[in-house]
Amino acid sequence: MTLLATRGLGKSFGGLEAVRGVSLDVAEGEVRAIIGPNGAGKSTLVGMVAGRTRPSAGTIAFAGRDVTALPAWRRVRLGIAYTFQITSVFSGLTCRDNVALAAQHGDRRDRDERIAVALRRVGLADAVARTASALSYGHRRLLEVAMGLALAPRLLIMDEPTQGLAEGEIDGLCRLVRALRTETTVLLIEHNMAVVMALADRITVLDRGAVLAEGPPAAVRADAAVRAAYLGA
Amino acid sequence: MTAARRALPALVLAGLFALQFVLGDYDHTNMARILVLACFAVGYNIAFGMTGLLSLGHAMFFAAGLYGAGFSAELGGVAPPAALAAGTACGLVLALAVGLVALRTSGVAFMIVTLMFAQACFLTILHFNELTRGDEGFVIAETARRFALAGVVLDAADPTVRYNAALALFALAYGAYLALARSRVGRVLVGIRENEDRVRMLGYDPYRYRLFALTLSGALAGLAGAAYALLFAYVGATFATTQYSIYPLLWVLLGGAGTALGPLVGTGVMFVLVDRLSGITSSYLMLVGLALILLVVLFPKGILGTVGQRRARNRS
Ligand SMILES: Nc1ncnc2c1ncn2[C@@H]1O[C@H](COP(=O)(O)OP(=O)(O)O)[C@@H](O)[C@H]1O
Ligand SMILES: [Mg+2]
Repeated sequence: MTLLATRGLGKSFGGLEAVRGVSLDVAEGEVRAIIGPNGAGKSTLVGMVAGRTRPSAGTIAFAGRDVTALPAWRRVRLGIAYTFQITSVFSGLTCRDNVALAAQHGDRRDRDERIAVALRRVGLADAVARTASALSYGHRRLLEVAMGLALAPRLLIMDEPTQGLAEGEIDGLCRLVRALRTETTVLLIEHNMAVVMALADRITVLDRGAVLAEGPPAAVRADAAVRAAYLGA
Repeated sequence: MTAARRALPALVLAGLFALQFVLGDYDHTNMARILVLACFAVGYNIAFGMTGLLSLGHAMFFAAGLYGAGFSAELGGVAPPAALAAGTACGLVLALAVGLVALRTSGVAFMIVTLMFAQACFLTILHFNELTRGDEGFVIAETARRFALAGVVLDAADPTVRYNAALALFALAYGAYLALARSRVGRVLVGIRENEDRVRMLGYDPYRYRLFALTLSGALAGLAGAAYALLFAYVGATFATTQYSIYPLLWVLLGGAGTALGPLVGTGVMFVLVDRLSGITSSYLMLVGLALILLVVLFPKGILGTVGQRRARNRS
């Protein structure tokens, strides 16, 4: 089943066409990577899916429903979770309270349990009571992911989650995304090609706002146009 | 939370109750006044300290309560408890109406819009001078302040009744703040203050939550205004001036924004400061201003905020 379908999605900032005519179909349960050089429009594209950026053209359907006009917070309620490229946690609150804000939509009775699970899954179980501002940069990024998880989303959007993480933390995150496969669909923007190749079921390559190629990792890796535009080979 | 911390609200309220037996007549009246004004400050703290809404127009909500209760009691012949409710409702409805418009803006624009709304309210009061007696105000008659509660006739002019009524209202506001701070909604409000964008991306509509916070804040300001009218018998436009929009901001900043007891501490300290200094010099407001600047520079988180910070530092 197709969970997310965009048709002719476009966004211009003044004269600059950051995203042009992108039609994307993401199947339920898939891990879809979006790659492309800096400024290709990846963040803008997922920003439109999440409702942070209003499209200049095109439509977005989620689980069969047209969500193009819905405000971001309503899309979150429908199951689209977004984790920020530039970490955006509540620095004055504890890790627990950060995640609680995401987890408190659900059932009150098992809320504490769900908070604990989300923190444990990203490896922050020991930091429950720590203030977010006291965390290292990498840990703040993981907290960001934990907040996304605690929303129990149907679609989890991660914008460069491994940026600034240490080797060990990247491995942990990869294990986590693999484990998520059974419970949620993942839209992953990622620069680290090893991570992309290891995790993605399919890869969409963006270049200057448009889809350059799309397919399974092996096919994309072999694509001459992609190599020219992005892989630099 | 430690046991001592959990018992704090009860201890504070018990202390305030006991205070009436040791204060002299003069301070007794002043303390009742402080408690009513602290109720106003608690309301302001919900908007400003908890949610991060810097309103410069809260005098209009206080004045709405003041006039709502004053008119009900003096002209409508309504008993004080109902007049109190009417005043609170006036503050609530006005805050809701202003919020629907003003909350479309944020930051400096919000400050200006609330300031303008409050100014419009002030001018409206003066405009209908015949009715409002705006410039010189009116006094609520003794008879309009008497009421029966559970078969006992009470008089709002009686110092004991006044003190305990003020304390009861403060306890209500304080309790409401504590309950809100520990609730799901309170966490969202703090989240909006800290990082609105993130709150939105966690599935909350910041506008609705802000509207709720401002409306509750206005209702508490209205409650305080209504209590002030009924307990101190005076209703006038001075309470709608910008000064009364700035006061709650100063009280909260002084006591500690976003702390439960900060509003009471700030209101009390400032009240005593003004009271003592005005006895010494006629330019007391300048000295108060100076003292406030010093306090805010030295303790940017307010008195209780700084205490909390020190304790947190000692713990870690
Ligand atoms: N809010 C904005 N206003 C103007 N230009 C923007 C804005 N956001 C992104 N852009 C531009 O759109 C293009 C795509 O940006 P972005 O989506 O962030 O790329 P990526 O995430 O692939 O690096 C870039 O040229 C960027 O400068
Ligand atoms: Mg980007």
